[in-house]
Amino acid sequence: MGKVKRSPWLLHYDGSSCNGCDIEVLATLTPVYDAERLGVENTGDPMQADILLITGGINEQNAPVVKQLYDQMPRPKVVVAVGICACTGGIFKDCYNIRGGVDTTIPVDIYVPGCAARPQSIIDGIIKARDLFQKRSDEHDEYEKTHHGGAGEEKING
Amino acid sequence: MKFDTARLIWIIGYLVLAPFIGGLLEGFDRKISARMQRRVGPPILQPFYDVQKLFNKQTIAVRKTQFSFLIAYMVLMIFTGAMFFGGVDLLMCFFVLSTAATFLIFAASVTNSPYSAIGAQREMIQMMTYEPAVLMTAVGFYLIRGTFDVDRIARAGSSAIVVLPGFFFAFVFILTIKMRKSPFDEAGSHHPHQELVKGITTEMGAKNLAVYTITEWYENVFLLGVVGLFIVNRNPLSYIGAIVVILLVYFLEILIDNASARVRWQTMLKMTWGVTLLTAGVNLMMLMLIYR
Repeated sequence: MGKVKRSPWLLHYDGSSCNGCDIEVLATLTPVYDAERLGVENTGDPMQADILLITGGINEQNAPVVKQLYDQMPRPKVVVAVGICACTGGIFKDCYNIRGGVDTTIPVDIYVPGCAARPQSIIDGIIKARDLFQKRSDEHDEYEKTHHGGAGEEKING
Repeated sequence: MKFDTARLIWIIGYLVLAPFIGGLLEGFDRKISARMQRRVGPPILQPFYDVQKLFNKQTIAVRKTQFSFLIAYMVLMIFTGAMFFGGVDLLMCFFVLSTAATFLIFAASVTNSPYSAIGAQREMIQMMTYEPAVLMTAVGFYLIRGTFDVDRIARAGSSAIVVLPGFFFAFVFILTIKMRKSPFDEAGSHHPHQELVKGITTEMGAKNLAVYTITEWYENVFLLGVVGLFIVNRNPLSYIGAIVVILLVYFLEILIDNASARVRWQTMLKMTWGVTLLTAGVNLMMLMLIYR
């Protein structure tokens, strides 16, 4: 119901990337681009995050980690794949241990292409993600109303 | 005790206005911090947007009792502030404040998360660190006014800071710990992406984090109220002076926060106890010589 899109908190996860996109993600938080003016906070805690920002492809080792981070985030949530590796696997696509893009493991909502993705396009991705976050939140409220007591309080299994 | 309308107004004013004042102060904090770092910064109302969002999210709790502990923390904190602004015993306020902090430690340690556990342990160290200065503040007021009643302390002829400058300094020093600012943000790192992952609040999400945040606002207003108690006297104009001093102290905290990195807890303990002993302790000795 409320305007949740004014406060999108990010969780940044670095998959098997070359670190180029990670540096650009950090650049979006520096004084020049200052993503905090949009209410963005870079949190390291999946429990408090709204938007999962993933850079780099998914390999066999980090797939369970990404899946767990996604599961630990409370609804409503949005996933943004930043950089071409996170979108499709990019230059590492044919490596023996690479599964491909993030969407091979968890559902991705926004794709931000680029090698490395520029801060401007990352901010554009965040703005698209926060609009989607608002939409999901409204749907979530609707669901809460119709399924009373079903989705609000939930325990993590295991 | 006879019924007092002025007290009631103060208490209701605190209950209703404290979250707004606390939230606004945090909004200004984030804006001023951003400007100090040459950034644009979030809107002033950002803390309210954050809390509103947190109430709209799904609550995942590893232990459901965490919410009960946080509610206890909140109720006791509000109780502390209401007692203070109602003009009751200052010493009692500080005791209830410590009890509230204990419930926060329970809420953090109930989840078994390592980050949360580290946060809870450091919170205990912080309590040990700031408690002497807090108690000294109450002792100082008692020595010069002969009472712990906030009501009567505030109605004295002159400002307490004139004879209690050392106590004032010690209290402002521990304010950095209580407000969770660098260099003393041991229990919960001031920024969420640091190695502690916010420590004490790591396992608090959605509704629980919102309750915690609002309680912090209540606490900050209470603590700044104690700062104001050093200034106010019988003269109504002194209340304006108190507000100016409170804002200056708050700005000083923001400046310190932005200009320093987190120290280790050993350093925090040594520095704080040293400062408490040197300022409040020396002030206390002088008072005991003068006010015999």
